Amino acid sequence: MEVVTVCLELTGWSVARPFVEAASPAHPTLIDQTHQMDALFGVVNIPNVVWIDEHGTIVRPAEPGWPPRVQLPEWLEAMNASDDEDAPAGLEALSGGQDRRAYPGAIRDWAARGAESRFALAPSEVMARSQKRPIEVSRAAAEFELANHLWRHGRREAAIAHFNECHRLQPDNWTYKRQAWSLIGREQVDGDFGLFMQGPNPGGDETWPFDTDFMTDVGKLNKGEYFPKTM
Amino acid sequence: MILDRVDIDAREFTAGTGWEIKPEGACMGDVCVPLQRADDFDLRSTAERLRMALVHDAEERLWALGPASLGNRALASAEAPDLSLPDFDDNEFRLSSLRGQKVVLVSWAPY
Repeated sequence: MEVVTVCLELTGWSVARPFVEAASPAHPTLIDQTHQMDALFGVVNIPNVVWIDEHGTIVRPAEPGWPPRVQLPEWLEAMNASDDEDAPAGLEALSGGQDRRAYPGAIRDWAARGAESRFALAPSEVMARSQKRPIEVSRAAAEFELANHLWRHGRREAAIAHFNECHRLQPDNWTYKRQAWSLIGREQVDGDFGLFMQGPNPGGDETWPFDTDFMTDVGKLNKGEYFPKTM
Repeated sequence: MILDRVDIDAREFTAGTGWEIKPEGACMGDVCVPLQRADDFDLRSTAERLRMALVHDAEERLWALGPASLGNRALASAEAPDLSLPDFDDNEFRLSSLRGQKVVLVSWAPY
């Protein structure tokens, strides 16, 4: 079995490089500047995992999944309440949902048993469980690609207009939203914390260019809906 | 797929989307969608058949073509798309190079 990690970051390796160097992975480590994972596989949040068998057939479509050991900064660990019942106020949606502790065991079961694993799905089930994609979601992807292209060519205001339209069309795509919010967050605050800034600075609502932000949108979800349970 | 014009040919369409234009229609993996005129490629009608959104920014003189939305699902087939992306050393890596092994494909981000 091979693990392949894909970093969804439109500015390229410059921002992601320290994380990869710290992990020193032996597996293929890819950069996805245009969020092809969203368009091709239906990824809508991170971390997301797709299982593919020896024949190139997907046996589990994109779903929330975690490695056995996750090392996070202390401040993020506190926010990322996992399966705990006492998630910080406003972040209850991050708790519950997919069982983080059980996920690596499911992968091991598939590695050992292959198609006989109860976690390996038939092709029809894989397609049926993949993300819903009405034409509005295809339009959201096109809007994101325009925004991405314009941002990388220095057309900031034009890019933000397309990001906002993308977010309106597909509100449950968190990678599209978090990517865009983070671009402004890192302008507001230096360092790793700036990457995780997903909303206006206190008192900075007037300068926040997006129609939405992380706390507002997560606050609309029920417990377990941010990382929905799929197994 | 970003475009600065819509009068592209079938070859450009395939390079940007992965959908091949064949006599039987637009094909990817084991899925083929018949086209009205497969011998005379037209982006707008092909996009409509594949349920791909075509978005235009007139001021920037750009178009963007969204992914196919056949069956209202992200996956029209369980066959894995042949993802091709740069690795950490900036070499192009194709997912299909791992055929014969199980693959766990993990998406992450630094935000």
